[in-house]
Amino acid sequence: MATLKVGLVSPEREVWSGEAKMVVAQTIEGQLGIMPGHAPVLGVLLDGSVVKIEPADGGEWISAMVGSGFFSIADNEVSVLAEQAELGSEVDVADARRALDEALTAAGADQDTTAERRARARLRAAGSEA
Amino acid sequence: MAQIRQLRQQIRSVKSTAKITRAQEMIATSRIVKAQTAVAASKPYADQIVRALTALVSHNVGIDHPLLNEQPEDARTAVLIITSDRGFAGGYNANVIREAEALIAKLRAEGKRPVPYVVGNKGVTWYRFRNREIGAQWTGFSDRPSFPDAEGIGRRLAADFLKTDAEGGVGEIHVVYTEFVSMLTQAVQVRRLIPLEIEDTTATDGGTPPAYEFEPTAGDVLDLLLPNYIESRIFHMMLQSAASEHAARRRAMKSATDNANELIGVYTRQMNQVRQAAITQEISEIVGGADALADSGGE
Repeated sequence: MATLKVGLVSPEREVWSGEAKMVVAQTIEGQLGIMPGHAPVLGVLLDGSVVKIEPADGGEWISAMVGSGFFSIADNEVSVLAEQAELGSEVDVADARRALDEALTAAGADQDTTAERRARARLRAAGSEA
Repeated sequence: MAQIRQLRQQIRSVKSTAKITRAQEMIATSRIVKAQTAVAASKPYADQIVRALTALVSHNVGIDHPLLNEQPEDARTAVLIITSDRGFAGGYNANVIREAEALIAKLRAEGKRPVPYVVGNKGVTWYRFRNREIGAQWTGFSDRPSFPDAEGIGRRLAADFLKTDAEGGVGEIHVVYTEFVSMLTQAVQVRRLIPLEIEDTTATDGGTPPAYEFEPTAGDVLDLLLPNYIESRIFHMMLQSAASEHAARRRAMKSATDNANELIGVYTRQMNQVRQAAITQEISEIVGGADALADSGGE
């Protein structure tokens, strides 16, 4: 079976790269599942969302938090470019929770701020509920 | 005897200077490696963004975006000058500023009003000392820039570009930075950043990029892509400059250490000579004294 060549990069480093069966990303308009053979797309990522990758070697799903960025799909190559990107396994949960609290107190509970969304995405990527 | 003491003191002081410059040299050497790693790590992102942008532009002929438009009516021109925060780097800052001044003179001759936007303490001090207008300044991160630093600079420049002349906006943005060619060579570069000239990579890629669909629309993607592209370019230039700064500092500190060691050699020889002369004189005095005694005692 064909696989996707995935690269998740931030300006400062390559966060993850490898072969994958499937990638799920969130765009401004909704979730997008990408499997091998997908049509070429250039899309904008939802700021503060989670990208999920199913590795081709059958390992566990990889979650990563992404900040403002975009993705491109072409010839079974998926590139996710985000200004902030962090693997779920790298997230410092306590730190993310603190960031969330700060974002909530700074903006008031009913406002949807970027900082809050990013903090929630970090927690989701780490696998702990926000 | 006084001369020996003086020389000894001088040697001690030069030795401690050499220790400092040697330490600086070693720090700079280790930082060059780190800076080079950072340059390499930022490459995938930069490459991808250029590819995406090339794909976008090649499929949408006649694409329109404020950041791509020339603004000939705005005479103010920004010159982003990337210098270092600290000195002790040989000619690094002097070279950047000389090149920047040449650019400013050239722009002025074209009837524009160049305004320096300065990164790094050394550049800021240089312009402030001469009482020149500074458009904006950033300090504190020249030796290890992070992406948010570049992002801040990019946002400010893009925002100023979109403003009109009367509001303090600028019509063009140029960058003067130092490209890290090798450990021994660093070259000052001058580039025009905005309006964008997207560097064409299709020639090296081979083949045309695929026909992309856009989520949600090509315009939205472009709105996001262009500022990111600018920020990634600035980040790249800052990383290059940081690597160059460390390389320049390493070289300056190495020659300072070499000079200090040479000086220590010269002083040591001088001191030995003086000491030897003193000893010889003492011996001849003693011998002379003994002879005189023997002469008088023998009578």
